Amino acid sequence: MAGERRYIGRRIKRKEDLRLLTGRGLYVDDIHLPGMVYAAFLRSAYAHARIKSIDTSRAEKLPGVLGVFTGEYFKDKVAPLMTAWALTNADLKPIKWPVVAYEKTRFTGDIVAVVVAEDPYTAYDALEAIEVEYEPLPVVVDVEEAVKPGAPQIHDEAPGNVAFHWKFRGGRDFEEVAAEADLVVKKRLINQRLIPAAMEPRAAVASYNPGTEELTVWVTSQNPHVHRLIMAGSLGIPEHKLRVIAPDVGGGFGSKIQVYPGEVIVARLAMDLGRPVKWVETRRENFLGTIHGRDHVDYVEVAAKKTGEVLGVRVRTLANMGAYLGTAAPGVPTILFGLMLAGPYKIKSVDVEVKGVLTNTTPVDAYRGAGRPEATYILERMLDVLARRLGMDPADVRRVNMIEEAPYEAVTGLLYDSGKYREVFEKALKLAEYYRWREVQSEERKRGRLIGVGIASYIEMSGLAPSRIARATGFGLGLWESVLIRVHPTGKVSVYTGSHPHGQGEETSFAQIVADALGVSIDDVEVVHGDTEQTPFGMGTYGSRTTPVGGSAVYKAAVRIREKARKIAAALLEAREEDIEFSEGRFYVKGSPEKSVTFQDVALAAYTAEKLPPDLEPGLEAVVFYDPENFTFPYGTHVAVVEVDPATFKVKILKYLAVDDAGVIINPLLAEGQVHGGVVQGIAQALYEYAVYDESGNLLTAGFNDYMIPTALDVPDVESHFVETPAPHNPIGAKGIGETGTIAATPAVVNAVLDALAHLGVEHIDMPLTPYNIWKALKESGVLAKLGKGR
Amino acid sequence: MEGDGGGLIEVTMRVNGREVKARVPPRMLLVHFLRDVLGLTGTHVGCDTSNCGACTVIMNGKAVKSCTVYVFMADGADILTVEGLSEDGKLHPIQEAFWDNHGLQCGFCTPGMVMTLYDFLGRNPDPTEEEVREAIEGNLCRCTGYVNIVRSALDAAQRMKGGGGG
Ligand code: FES
Ligand code: FES
Repeated sequence: MAGERRYIGRRIKRKEDLRLLTGRGLYVDDIHLPGMVYAAFLRSAYAHARIKSIDTSRAEKLPGVLGVFTGEYFKDKVAPLMTAWALTNADLKPIKWPVVAYEKTRFTGDIVAVVVAEDPYTAYDALEAIEVEYEPLPVVVDVEEAVKPGAPQIHDEAPGNVAFHWKFRGGRDFEEVAAEADLVVKKRLINQRLIPAAMEPRAAVASYNPGTEELTVWVTSQNPHVHRLIMAGSLGIPEHKLRVIAPDVGGGFGSKIQVYPGEVIVARLAMDLGRPVKWVETRRENFLGTIHGRDHVDYVEVAAKKTGEVLGVRVRTLANMGAYLGTAAPGVPTILFGLMLAGPYKIKSVDVEVKGVLTNTTPVDAYRGAGRPEATYILERMLDVLARRLGMDPADVRRVNMIEEAPYEAVTGLLYDSGKYREVFEKALKLAEYYRWREVQSEERKRGRLIGVGIASYIEMSGLAPSRIARATGFGLGLWESVLIRVHPTGKVSVYTGSHPHGQGEETSFAQIVADALGVSIDDVEVVHGDTEQTPFGMGTYGSRTTPVGGSAVYKAAVRIREKARKIAAALLEAREEDIEFSEGRFYVKGSPEKSVTFQDVALAAYTAEKLPPDLEPGLEAVVFYDPENFTFPYGTHVAVVEVDPATFKVKILKYLAVDDAGVIINPLLAEGQVHGGVVQGIAQALYEYAVYDESGNLLTAGFNDYMIPTALDVPDVESHFVETPAPHNPIGAKGIGETGTIAATPAVVNAVLDALAHLGVEHIDMPLTPYNIWKALKESGVLAKLGKGR
Repeated sequence: MEGDGGGLIEVTMRVNGREVKARVPPRMLLVHFLRDVLGLTGTHVGCDTSNCGACTVIMNGKAVKSCTVYVFMADGADILTVEGLSEDGKLHPIQEAFWDNHGLQCGFCTPGMVMTLYDFLGRNPDPTEEEVREAIEGNLCRCTGYVNIVRSALDAAQRMKGGGGG
């Protein structure tokens, strides 16, 4: 990247923090408007039922209740929600998600009735006064049950409950490589259902001005423009009359990409009632009604040579989609999963088929990593199983297979454009003292301690995405990113980005990019985001795209401004443009640095406009829509060391170390934070979290009491290191760091736990590796006795 | 916020050093009083089962989850919220430490974390990492993996020993 680096690469503390640390942030629930009323939702009592009747009369009579509204009211006023990722060549069925259930409910998060009241306490009282008569229908929650003949049908449009069937073959035929293999390892792996549970519940506030016919909706969104586009469609109002504002957002992890019924309901009711309407989900609603993640059954075959060389991978997946197809849902277990099944390895054949299966459960969509953790888990788990069967060290199996150098065209057709895969791998092993831990392990085993070391290497397609590829897969829009940079007459700079960071810190890292490019102080740069009326149309923040895609747009726009500023400086200095140099915020004439003007001088001149060259317009701003040429490919190796208590089977992580190459790191302080948080979410899947439904489709883990989000006591310190190989195709060289931790940590920890148990002959245990699940597996394989326990 | 049909009750308390008096419905929770009546929206609501700690404030010198306290229970109490933590425009050392150590990402859990640590570091000025982890066990964070929160807390303890207030 051209220009002087005064900020990029430094540990700059965040510009967003002062307001957040002093209680002056603004989240949707903090918005209070005059005359505001409150909505509350009644959700279905059954996971699958016909609604026979709804009696709202008692609720309507409660003092303070403005009205009770059911599917009957909404059915002709709002259109159902449809997925925005309608996969091509996958026989995808047009599944509609009704905003308020009408006639039928399909999961316990379906909204059956809406109360609006003067205050929330009354609204919740009124919910209890609504009487609904249901005719329960047969329920199916499990994907393997759902595809059996005779299973309950959830949508008429999707016979056999299959919403899509996606197939991909890359490289040689799997049967052919299997015939050349010395062994084919087969496993059925479960990637359990997770619940994103951002700490801020979802919320929406809507306000309508009949005079201007403008509707404003504040909503917890990762992509306010996408929200506006889809909501305008559902509400049947012109896009330019809808303003969507996503203010401070308290975490998303994918769950706030989706356009949900809740925001459409409050928007419609604000128009109909003429009062601003607010809704904030309860935590229970968050677990029931906000999307879930993962939930695969994967049948995996790996064909390999005795040397450990992997020839091919065949995967047959049943991906649970829940009751409806979410905004990005179909792309997650297919494009973002299947194309990742070669990992950073020289695999010669990938053969994958995925059925997206409908069940009476919460819709499943993108959760941090989205498809890539599922693929990495399969590969990394299978490599360890293979190592065990061959009597090899898991590190050596990876050495045999790892790609030597980039660029490398993977068998999936993806062009891994940059990386030092082996160097990063060896670095991780060295820093983690892998071989010392192996010695500790065998020493301590003699004393009965169960210590295990686990490795996970990964590569990720990130920086989503080149628009032509996104479109070819059926994505509804391009996946570019936008920015408007406006330099004010005083030389202060506003950056209006189409990204929408919600914790990642781009108010700071984008300001670093701009401050370096324009030679101004970072204090003079303000990054503005989240308001469709301020920023150009943007695609939002998810898929580790904000820095590589949004940041590249920011950089290009800043360069455009610098070039215009150079022209203005040349006019001011009465020199030729080619003779103008730029350094430390000053333009000067080559060879005579005393003849100079500051960036601020130029900004003012752009607005006084009297000395501009004749071909130049006044003003100093630039709009850029940046469409990446390729994905970015962050990669790395993580190492976990664990100890399993032989009496309680509780797992303790003794050490966790990550080496990631996310290209150029704009701000290491923030990048490390992304790794820490991602790793802990990955550990959570490995050890703790699991969404459980009973046979009737009730979510048994519908809150923090039953679904185990780790606390500070349950997770270790995380050591994060970076190697920086710049992404060659984007101007800032960044690859994205938001999801690497989640991708790598799950298999690293699971591998470590199973490594601790390897000498007992246990090859695999499905996640989460809770004490109970470990105990059960040891008991079932009859090895508890080996631990001196007859239980 | 009303909605109980029943009569309102009068409460008086000190919030961030200021005397406040209000008439509220008897079932109103302290967190809603702070947020919706007093407009102190720095205190957050992250759950309805007292698990998350986002609503933590200091009541009579002790950290409490304000979603588990009725307003009437706080009658006569002295309350400190995150808005009252910095003095004369100067951040509290815990806030400084969080800023320097990147102890927050989305910021939603942050006020609760900071208030919990305010109470804890007042009682234990020289904690170990393990003690810090125990102290914040009742505060969930989904973003940071707690790594930098723990580092911030240990750093804050050092700053407060150096006479930085608290
Ligand atoms: S809001 Fe979650 S503990 Fe109070
Ligand atoms: S910083 Fe987001 S929940 Fe803690």
